[in-house]
Order: sequence, then structure tokens, then C-alpha cells
Amino acid sequence: MTEFRIGPADQIPEGGRLVVDCDGKEVGVFRVKGALHAWHNTCPHRQGPICQGRLYAQVIEPVAADGTTRLLAYDEDAQHIVCPWHGYEFDLQTGRCQGRPTQRLRPAQLREEAGIVYVRP
Amino acid sequence: MTHDARPLNVQEIDVFTDTREVLAHANKGAKQRGFQDWLICDVDAHHVETVSWHELVEYIEDPVIRHQAMLYQKERIGGAPYGLNGDMGLKYQDVGGRIPHQAGVREPVDDTSVHRDVTLTRRAMQSLGVDYMVLFPTPMLTLGLHPQPEMEVHLSRAYNRWLVDKVLKADNRIKTLAYLPFNTPTEAEAMIEEFADEPGVIGFCVPSVRHKPLHHNDYMRCYARLQELGKPIAFHAAYHWQDPSLATVNRFLGMHALGFAWCNMVHMTNWILNGIPERFPGLKSIWVESGLAWIPFLMQRLDDQYLMRPSEAPQLKKLPSEYMRENCWYTTQPMETTNMKALQVTLEMINAESQLLFASDWPHFDFDLPQEIFDLPFLSEQAKRNILGLNAAKLFGLDPTPVKTL
Repeated sequence: MTEFRIGPADQIPEGGRLVVDCDGKEVGVFRVKGALHAWHNTCPHRQGPICQGRLYAQVIEPVAADGTTRLLAYDEDAQHIVCPWHGYEFDLQTGRCQGRPTQRLRPAQLREEAGIVYVRP
Repeated sequence: MTHDARPLNVQEIDVFTDTREVLAHANKGAKQRGFQDWLICDVDAHHVETVSWHELVEYIEDPVIRHQAMLYQKERIGGAPYGLNGDMGLKYQDVGGRIPHQAGVREPVDDTSVHRDVTLTRRAMQSLGVDYMVLFPTPMLTLGLHPQPEMEVHLSRAYNRWLVDKVLKADNRIKTLAYLPFNTPTEAEAMIEEFADEPGVIGFCVPSVRHKPLHHNDYMRCYARLQELGKPIAFHAAYHWQDPSLATVNRFLGMHALGFAWCNMVHMTNWILNGIPERFPGLKSIWVESGLAWIPFLMQRLDDQYLMRPSEAPQLKKLPSEYMRENCWYTTQPMETTNMKALQVTLEMINAESQLLFASDWPHFDFDLPQEIFDLPFLSEQAKRNILGLNAAKLFGLDPTPVKTL
């Protein structure tokens, strides 16, 4: 399988991304909590360009001890990528879909050598 | 072997991204599936007519209202478009910015030889692999609730005239079902006469959120005339959060899920139980943008109740579900797909092979692609071809030969 050179690892900062074309296969590389993650740019819902979507922390709704709620909040530990076609949300670290964890993003093989990032889509 | 990857031009899609970039995967999917040889009619897509409201108000027939509207559009700041009712800021369809094309299609358009909406519609058709696209307005879909019935007439006539003039005449692949101001039946009749032969007008549309019942005697002349002309009538759903039946629903997703089905469930119930299909057997009704899952529920519910109380629906000669299957057409979107067995049963119950019409609803957040139909594992190829385009060609009298170039 052909390997593709993405470029220097430090060109993808924390919270950043690089979405690339590898001879017709598109891959997005993201940095979350210092680590790089590579996903195919195909939403498992309807093949939308998931890696070109916006990034959001997961929305949560804290429930008080008495069962009441008051405010929404962002869980900054759970970074999501949101498909720009239909809004499906996936955890950037695990690729799992919110609400349907069995539906996952397809990973691409990624390696880093001498500060350069490579993927095998 | 190592190659260099090429960064994509668009790293993050936003409201300024070209439609062809947003839908690049759709275009690729259309080519992979050989859609060049398939007739694909998109029976429900949208544009945002309020972007052009300053142009549209110049088409208002009443000279005083027209003058007021033009001044309002020119001078007033901080207000909604002139004369338009609706829910102002309760427009959360884009899920807090997550779905940019729903928030705004604000991409650059350099071609000034045609109206911007023509270019945007062409880009969507090209990307989705569509031959004909039926264009509907968006904020105007709640005009049926306007406290001034005459304003529904003013604005809908202006819209129809503007759309024909600026959009439909520019491209014969763009069609519409012209707006009928149903709160004023005589004006609706006049609208049918004015627009039935206009280019691109292949039928008429009644936005479904309204409080006057469709079985009212005032509408029988409209139905008779449409039957005579062979022009379908569409009931286009919308949401209406002020509807008392939704007063307790606080989440947009809940209100949207129920509202888009509920308005057409109510109208369909009245349509059938008052025997409209018996009175006008040649009238073709299309039920638009309510999805499909509501139909099996309503068929079973009405059948069960009708058999226990037939004296309350004396015009019926068969089960309500039979009228719904034989006299009514449905658009696909938003097609519920989380339970494929249920979807298969639904398509069987509505006789999808002849009654179902593909619709994308582009550029809204829950839009569908033609490949959703193509990829269904339980349909024959002929059924897929019918749903994607041939049923619409037959219903609207369109040439079934594909005209697009993918």
C-alpha cells in the first residue's frame, strides 16, 4: 500500500488539522491532547466530508443531585468533529459517533518519523 | 513507495464555501453510480427568497403596499423582511453553526448574466446529479399563518411573478409549484389562472402550516380547476413552534421532528375523511417534506377507526389507506433510515414504485442525496428509477430523457 507524506508534524498544532488528498482518497489528520489522529474524510452516515467539519467540545447537561438541570456546558475533554452535511458528531480520539458508538470513523494508518507525518489511507 | 499528499483547498467548510466543494462527495457518488443515464428529479429543494426581498417587493401588485415595502426595504434597519410573519430568531436549524449550508449559502458568484439563485441552483443540481429541481421558498412557508390574509396574497403573487421572471425563465431545468394563497380562495383561483401556463410552473403548492381546513367548501373550485388542468397540488410541510399542540416541546429537534409531520397528518386526515379523493378522483395531491414514517401510522390508525365509525365518513368507498396509497404521492425527504425493515414496509405500504418522488430538500440540514434511494437493498432497479425521476416525469409531464451532464 502506498504511503503518503503529509508534512512536518509541527505544522498541525494542538486543535488543528490538515485534510489531504492521497491519490483520490481523502484523509484528515488532527492533533488532540498532543497526539495525532488520522481519519478517512468520509462520514459513515452518508459519505459526507466529515474531516472538513467544525470542531466542538461535546455538549453536556449537568444534572444536580435533586434531578434538576439549569445550564448546558462544554466537556473540553471530549473533542468532536461534526459532519458539515448533517451534523453527525464523532469523538476525534476514538472515532465513535455520539448516540451510536458502533458507528465509527474509519481510521487511516499514521506514523511519525524524524518529525514527518505519513499516512496509509 | 512514498508520495506527497495534497492538502485540500477547503480545510474547514463554512457558509462561504462553494456549493460544489460542499457537495464534492455527492458528485463523486453520482458518477460512481452512473447517474448520467438516470433521470433524477428533485421534487423539493429550496432557496432563501428573503435574500432577494428588496427585488421581490417591486413585484407587489398593490401600488400602496408596494411603495411601503420598497421604502421599508430601503430604509428600515433591525427588522425582518417587509410584511413577513414567522418566528424571527427561532431558527436553530444549523445546530449552532455545525451545519453551515443551512445557516447561509454565501459563496461568491461572479456570473451576473443570470440571477444568483439560478447559479446556486445549477451548482446544486450539478453536484447532486439532478436533471430537474423544483424550487420552493423558505421563510414564506409560514405565510399561511399571517394575520393579514391580504398580505399572503400580496407577497405570494409577488413571489410567483419574481420567481418566473428572474429564475424560471433563465433555466428550464428549474421548476416550481407556484404558491397558492389559500386563506383567500378566490385569489388562489386567480393565481391558478395566472400561472398555470407560465414557464417552469408544473403545479401548485399550499404551505401546510395554516388553520383553515383543506376540506372547506371554499376550496372546491380550486380543486376542480386543478383537476381539469391536470396540475398537481402539493402540501408543503413546515414547522410552527407557536402551534399550541407543540407548546410543551422545548428542544428544537423535538419540535422540528413533530411539527413537519404533524401539519400534514392533520391535513391528510381531513383530506381523506371528507372524501376529497372521491370528489376529485383525478386530482393529484403531493405530500411534501414530512418524511415517510408518519404514513404507515396514519394509514393503520384511520383504517381501524373508520371501520368502527363508517357513518362519520360516508363518502368513502374503500379504506383510508387505499386512498392514501392510490390517490396521493409523497416526497422522500427526510427519509427515516435507522430501521431499514420499517422503511421497507413503509415503501410497500405506500406503493412507492408509483407514488414516491425523490426530494433532496437541499440546502437544509436534513437533506437527502439521490444515492440514498439507489443504495436501498430491497428495491428493484425499476423501482429506483421510478422513485428517482420517472414517477415525477409522469406526474408533471416532463420528458423522461436525462438532460444533465455530470
